[in-house]
Amino acid sequence: MAVALVLLSACDREAREVRGKPLPETAVAAQTSQLFPAGGTAGPIDPRAKMYEGNAYHIAEGGRLYRQMNCVGCHANGGGGMGPALMDDQWRYGGRMDQIVASIDQGRPNGMPSWRGKLTPTQMWQLAAYVRTLSANVAKDVAPSRSDTMSATYPPTLAKPKPPTDSDPAAVKGPAR
Amino acid sequence: MRWQMRAFVLAVSAAVPIAQACAQPNANDDGQWTMPAHDYASTRFSRLDQINRDNVGRLKLSFTFSTGIVKGHEAAPLVVGSTMYIVTPYPNYIYALDLSQDGAPLKWKYDPKVAAAAQGVACCDVVNRGAFYSNGKLFFNTLDNQTIAVDAATGAEVWRTKLDDINKGATMTMAPLVADGKVLVGSSGGEMGVRGWLAALDEGSGKIAWRAYSTGPDKDVLIGPSFKPFYATDRGTDLGVKTWPPEAWKIGGGNVWGWISYDPDLKLVYYGTGNPGPWNPDQRPGDNKWTTGIFARDVTTGQARWYYQFSPHDLFDHDGINEQILITMKINGKPRKVLLRAERNGFFYVMDRVTGQVIAADPYGNLNAALGVDLKTGRLIPNPDKETKQGKVVRGICPASPGMKDWNPMAFSPRTGLVYIPHLNLCMDYGAMEANYIAGTPYVGADVKMYAGPGGNRGVFTAWDPGARKARWEIKEDLPLWSGALVTAGDVVFYGTMDGWFKALDAVSGKLLWQFKAGSGIIGQPISYRAPDGKQHIAVLAGVGGWAGAVVAGGLDPRDPTAALGFAAATQDLPGKTTGGGMLYDFVLP
Ligand code: HEC
Repeated sequence: MAVALVLLSACDREAREVRGKPLPETAVAAQTSQLFPAGGTAGPIDPRAKMYEGNAYHIAEGGRLYRQMNCVGCHANGGGGMGPALMDDQWRYGGRMDQIVASIDQGRPNGMPSWRGKLTPTQMWQLAAYVRTLSANVAKDVAPSRSDTMSATYPPTLAKPKPPTDSDPAAVKGPAR
Repeated sequence: MRWQMRAFVLAVSAAVPIAQACAQPNANDDGQWTMPAHDYASTRFSRLDQINRDNVGRLKLSFTFSTGIVKGHEAAPLVVGSTMYIVTPYPNYIYALDLSQDGAPLKWKYDPKVAAAAQGVACCDVVNRGAFYSNGKLFFNTLDNQTIAVDAATGAEVWRTKLDDINKGATMTMAPLVADGKVLVGSSGGEMGVRGWLAALDEGSGKIAWRAYSTGPDKDVLIGPSFKPFYATDRGTDLGVKTWPPEAWKIGGGNVWGWISYDPDLKLVYYGTGNPGPWNPDQRPGDNKWTTGIFARDVTTGQARWYYQFSPHDLFDHDGINEQILITMKINGKPRKVLLRAERNGFFYVMDRVTGQVIAADPYGNLNAALGVDLKTGRLIPNPDKETKQGKVVRGICPASPGMKDWNPMAFSPRTGLVYIPHLNLCMDYGAMEANYIAGTPYVGADVKMYAGPGGNRGVFTAWDPGARKARWEIKEDLPLWSGALVTAGDVVFYGTMDGWFKALDAVSGKLLWQFKAGSGIIGQPISYRAPDGKQHIAVLAGVGGWAGAVVAGGLDPRDPTAALGFAAATQDLPGKTTGGGMLYDFVLP
């Protein structure tokens, strides 16, 4: 059974483009609020999301960048440190692909650097796809099946997916005025 | 025996500490608590004795005050006259409480408006270790690298001086020390490749009088003709450049985020320097001076007098920033001015503070990362089995990165002659890899995973006899011990645990005499003072966090053992035992 699965997913993977078409060099300005005055919903997710998130090459590139650009120093291997955990279901600014890209591009006020001009939009999308593997929110067949770290972490394919919620109690800026 | 301890120590046989701490401005203890360490010698010893071994069991809550902040509260409150002062973690508010009134109501609050972005570059929670009172003013540091003086009576700002840049990854978390008209402050940022420094600001104006870097050419380090280190390895020109690969000293760390002591007779300040960057040792062959060591400096000019390196070419993130207690000790019949350090590398040092000579260095817990200290050369003897290397995972290193003891200060009682050390029993796996320097982001290069050391307890409270060079007793604590210690003339010792127990022990026997459960874990520094009601009070800030409590304060996901630079692995259970929330607890006898 396991073998059949592997074969299946391998076939799936064959069907995908390896690198993806070149895309316009702009990041996104995704909405991060759940409130829409006088009604409405968040816009549709950027079509690029699916392409990056469903592609093992892009995810692997994202993982490489995650270490090279020192995301790992602040967010650890998803558990967090100086920055919040990225492997859980709690998102301050949204856990959708385009929302994650927006966080990387714009930075966030409580200490997330803005990477605009330092990373290309393609790299940001690749990073976002990798970030979503930390909470096991990409297909198992494209996620890296072994840990990229030196010693300590489980590969994301062994983790239970944690679908994003827009709730992060740790983001509450506590101090009373 | 798994690892052999070879301690090369000079025979200081049966050295007995003589019962006195060195001269200090408030030597006869007026009942105030004007600096985190209580006095320049950093004893954290209160001469008040109303609360003693016989009656401490009846200690009762007198008032509480919520800081409104859920991050780690590492600071000591201060008491000056009839006012208590509290400095909080980011956003670094100062609260002044009126002790002359029932319930200690708020007198004033000062908000320095600290940049929110600073939170992202603070390595290990957004802590602050306290303020300092001198001549009518309070001095403290903000997370975004400002030293601020406020009028202690009104809370009005007197001056502020900006000292470094969050875009280089620098922050400030330490408590200043004011001596000789100067406010001494230092940097944090050892995990971001920040080049560390200690600066002296004019107490009246905030103008920078001198700044001594921890790396680089002698002129930057303030090394000149008066520099007389005890050991040969510290002599030579520009060692702060030559003991590094080219240019690496510019991003080499050595931050000054811990404690400063002052000897007013010698006019020398003592302080330690943090870890070299990055953690991956293979990117910085050499001794990496002047990181992970201690400086003695002339307070007026900043010129270095001596230096000693606890961990040359640090392999484990064993910062050298812990406090030093200045006392006089009889060694082989002769009184000597010494300093005591419970070092992160696992050794308890007794050093001659005039010359910088190491008199004794003994392990005070489970240790295999080093084999001993060679007292001829002064050098730490590394254990080749535990040397960290790029591309390799080394397992079972004890102590772990936070060391045998981290920042949280010990106390010394001249009555018992014992040093009370709140510390850790953690080991780790350490995988070093290449780190990429990008200013303002982490410069670490290590995957670390920590866990309890032999015995399974993660914390230890040790009563150390510096003369006999051994522990008199020790208390095992399940959780890492991250609070400071306080000892009083009533022979009671106080400390707190990360699940919120505030404990009083018999300073002689270590017997638990009283405990109180606070609403959040305690990582603060307890104090003892005489209130306007004439009674002795004990106060402590609760509010879990800090590096050890980042898993709670930062809402981290402990399924990733490398979270919080590997500390999360050792504190996975903490979120099930405590929650955040800063609260001052004040106690008195009924
Ligand atoms: C200097 C430390 C630091 C670095 C480096 C860093 N981050 Fe962050 N990051 C933070 C902090 C702090 C926050 C929280 C900001 C806030 O709440 O305003 C954050 C937030 C985020 C968020 C939003 C999380 C949420 O809950 O909505 C994402 C996504 C993210 N970072 C991804 C990355 C990626 C990818 C990189 C590397 C390109 C990176 N970060 C580099 C500190 C950092």
